[in-house]
Amino acid sequence: MTFDVNAFLIILTGTLIAISCGLLGSFLILRNMAMIGDAISHAVLPGIVLAFFFSGQREGIAIIIGAGLLGILATIIIDYLSNKVKLQNDASIGVTFTWLFAIGIILITVFAGQIDLDQDCVLYGEIAYIPLDLIVTENNTILGPRVLWIAVINVILVLLYVGFMYKELKLTSFDRQFAQTIGFSTSFINLSLMGMVSYTTVSSFEAVGAILVLALLVVPPATAYLLTKKLKPMLLLTILIGFLTSLIGYYLAYFIDGSIAGAMASVSGLFLLVAIVYVTLQKRTSRKPIAMPTELKA
Amino acid sequence: MITQVQKPVLEVHDLTVSYGRNPVLWNIDFTLPKGSLAGIIGPNGAGKSSLIKAIMGLLEINNGYIKVFDQGLNEVRKKISYVPQRESVDWDFPASALDIVQMGTYHKLGLFRRPGKAEKALALDCLKKVGMEKYRDRQISELSGGQQQRVFIARALAQQAEIYFMDEPFAGVDISTENMIVDLLKDMTAEGKTVIVVHHDIHSAPKYFDWIIMLNMYLVASGPTEKVLTEALLEKTFGGKLSLLSDAAQLIKEKGFNPLKS
Amino acid sequence: MEDFVYFFSFQDPNVAMVVAGITLLSISAAMVGTFTFLDKKALLGDAISHAVLPGVCLAFMFAGSKNPYWIVLGAFITGAISTYAIEWISNSTKLKEDTVIAAVLSVFFGIGILLLTQLQQTGDAALSGLDHFLFGNAISIVYEDLMVYGILALLVIICILVFYKEFKLIIFNPSFAESVGLPVKRLKLLFNTLLVMAVVTGIQAIGVVLMAALLITPPAAARFWSNRLHVILMLAVLFAVLSGIAGAFISFAVPHMPTGPWVVMAISFIAFASFFFAGKKGILSKWYNQRNYQQKIHRDHILKSLFQALEKNSKTLEKDEIMEYFPGKEKLTRTYISKLEQENKIELEGEKLKLTPSGLVEAKRVVRLHRLWELYLAQYLNLAPDHVHDMAEKMEHLLTPELEAKLDASLDYPTQDPHHSKIPRDNDL
Repeated sequence: MTFDVNAFLIILTGTLIAISCGLLGSFLILRNMAMIGDAISHAVLPGIVLAFFFSGQREGIAIIIGAGLLGILATIIIDYLSNKVKLQNDASIGVTFTWLFAIGIILITVFAGQIDLDQDCVLYGEIAYIPLDLIVTENNTILGPRVLWIAVINVILVLLYVGFMYKELKLTSFDRQFAQTIGFSTSFINLSLMGMVSYTTVSSFEAVGAILVLALLVVPPATAYLLTKKLKPMLLLTILIGFLTSLIGYYLAYFIDGSIAGAMASVSGLFLLVAIVYVTLQKRTSRKPIAMPTELKA
Repeated sequence: MITQVQKPVLEVHDLTVSYGRNPVLWNIDFTLPKGSLAGIIGPNGAGKSSLIKAIMGLLEINNGYIKVFDQGLNEVRKKISYVPQRESVDWDFPASALDIVQMGTYHKLGLFRRPGKAEKALALDCLKKVGMEKYRDRQISELSGGQQQRVFIARALAQQAEIYFMDEPFAGVDISTENMIVDLLKDMTAEGKTVIVVHHDIHSAPKYFDWIIMLNMYLVASGPTEKVLTEALLEKTFGGKLSLLSDAAQLIKEKGFNPLKS
Repeated sequence: MEDFVYFFSFQDPNVAMVVAGITLLSISAAMVGTFTFLDKKALLGDAISHAVLPGVCLAFMFAGSKNPYWIVLGAFITGAISTYAIEWISNSTKLKEDTVIAAVLSVFFGIGILLLTQLQQTGDAALSGLDHFLFGNAISIVYEDLMVYGILALLVIICILVFYKEFKLIIFNPSFAESVGLPVKRLKLLFNTLLVMAVVTGIQAIGVVLMAALLITPPAAARFWSNRLHVILMLAVLFAVLSGIAGAFISFAVPHMPTGPWVVMAISFIAFASFFFAGKKGILSKWYNQRNYQQKIHRDHILKSLFQALEKNSKTLEKDEIMEYFPGKEKLTRTYISKLEQENKIELEGEKLKLTPSGLVEAKRVVRLHRLWELYLAQYLNLAPDHVHDMAEKMEHLLTPELEAKLDASLDYPTQDPHHSKIPRDNDL
């Protein structure tokens, strides 16, 4: 078997994106905010379309900032609906993101032909074309795939964020009230996490699309959560699962000739299923049935 | 029957608190001497937890103020420790007992700094004080209710505070844990620390506390245990709500906004 | 405009068919959605609607064409599996429900995308229609589709109507439902089946990605207009049907416009309008009440200051003196003085203000409520006299005549407040 550069580049990009998403997603699921991640990943769409349209290009800070702000805006709207308007929380999420996503789809249709973005790309990205889209400097040096660079920058920033804010993220996820009483600004920490999730969603958007970002945000951390007992091992396992998801997902897509992003989501689901089955079997063998009446009842 | 003291460690002045649009505490006004082991007692829905949450700045205050060591909360946060109700957190969280106790040192570290050797040693020491050193690496979901409560107490100890607020620390714990915690609290107050505990069991209250605060949406009594634990005051505390306060609360709920806010 | 007339005159049998289809599916979605909304499981619908995609693709692979029977069957099966998976995983692991919903949603959708792209690679011509399942295209509905989806929707509607009472009970009081001998488990299973069916009926017209909105948003909007289930249900249905038809019209009038997003735009518009403008619960009426209350406070304070002057034996107050009581609010104070004058509560003599008899009654009441509440705090809440003023200052604007009577009675009609000021009565000077 020869070394396939394209495969390597795609798997590398997929891994980096899975790592960024997984690290942030771990804190999302520990805060019971997985569906907020869903909402953000849908809500950035109109921002992306508008930024595409006005800046007329794919790269550039404009898109990341514009769409990222929309992600934060979505969390603010959800917050407003549930706290001020007093709409129940799950409905606040549902109403907000379907509305913003619909705006995005309509904008895409309206601007069709004027921007290089279609409905399919929104849903599952085009990670397969990454190796074709290269950054070339003025003196014709090839710096590698553009989307890979975006993913590299993203993963560095996410690692820095989680590294520096580790203690704050951990405490506010576990015990928000206690965190508040020792003077942590819980709303700032929360908003910063939402901001990072938005940014990561936008940055991963071209490669994996809006909806499958959610799979990478939630599924590998959920798998790791089931299999570990401490936060650090959970984060490390999330990274490993992210890498395996990207690797196996690529070959699965190659094998059945389908979307790589879709395959990555499928593979991550398979890991989760295995973990769930493993955990349930272990519970059954280690505990006598009498020990689990509450679970049986539910 | 409200005993006010000179140079209090805690002064709650005319405090009115709402949960959203629902007033839960009316005009609470008391002072507490240094070194007391105080129990807050009252029926369900009397606002016991709300009182310490309001003191900790977790609930909105509609009227009045709170002073700890004669200062506002933000000036003295480092001297205050809060133990929330055990059920208020998710014990499936991926962390060990030691991890949780170390959280008690976070307030001294400031932004970005991680706990180091000194913090870890302190956390271990605190775990030892609650008899949990054997379980330092145990995941918290694998601990019993009593053990989880001990971890929470150890986290509070790690804060090395001067005044402690504990929300129902005896709820759902075994008897040996309850006794251990009581002994610990008595030792702490002997060293001059002040401890305020929300407590639901009226029978054990006189054994545990030297000061009693009786609540029933308003302050019925506050003073040394032997002075306030009387038949008449207990009847007032547990014998039903003041109907005018309930009516006024209902009026406010129907408003659609909280008119006490301003 | 021409389009509009053409569309809504239903002269084109195709248009009539599309409208009939979208009306039926909107009704069934809104009805089922109302129950899931009230059960606080709104996002379950989102997960199911994403999870039908692999079923649609598998059905297509199996049947080799866009056969509606197979598609509905396939969609139903994977939708049902996802519902079951969510329940099973939440109950048997420590994963929290919203994590499970997000995970199931994204994984099922990922599998669907994988299959869909695989189908697209094979380049089957009939596939062009499969794309419509993502964002919906009501205009592509043909007679056969209408039969399948329409009958399915009708079935859902009938079931909900038949089991209306039972579903109501298991959502509001499941333990009671069990105690009166209702087969709660079987009813829940039936309801989940209806939920999946309602989602399935919408996939062609609205699309899997946005179908959730038709389940969640109509009841969310309707909730702001009523507290009663049957009213909420009817309003939700009305809102859903209106937005469904609006969406269908736009995708008819504007070429290439998918239906789903426009339906969502319409229903979201209704929802946001409801959040802001709906009767008592709307944000706007809350703002309005709050502002009114602030104004009442200011009005009360002006009257009170005049009464307190009266107590100090000065029948009038200079306008400037009153202004000084409310620093920074000069403009507002001036407005209220002229308002009170118009209402004949005060009289203006040059620059001097004086209470009229009816103004005096009102002013007395404010002062009386203040002092009664002070006395209440002192007597019942054991407060020192110097601690009672602040809360009385807030309560004096709030208490109703009924509460005043009760307060008065429980204090045994006192004459003095804790500061030994007289409590003013209507019949004294």
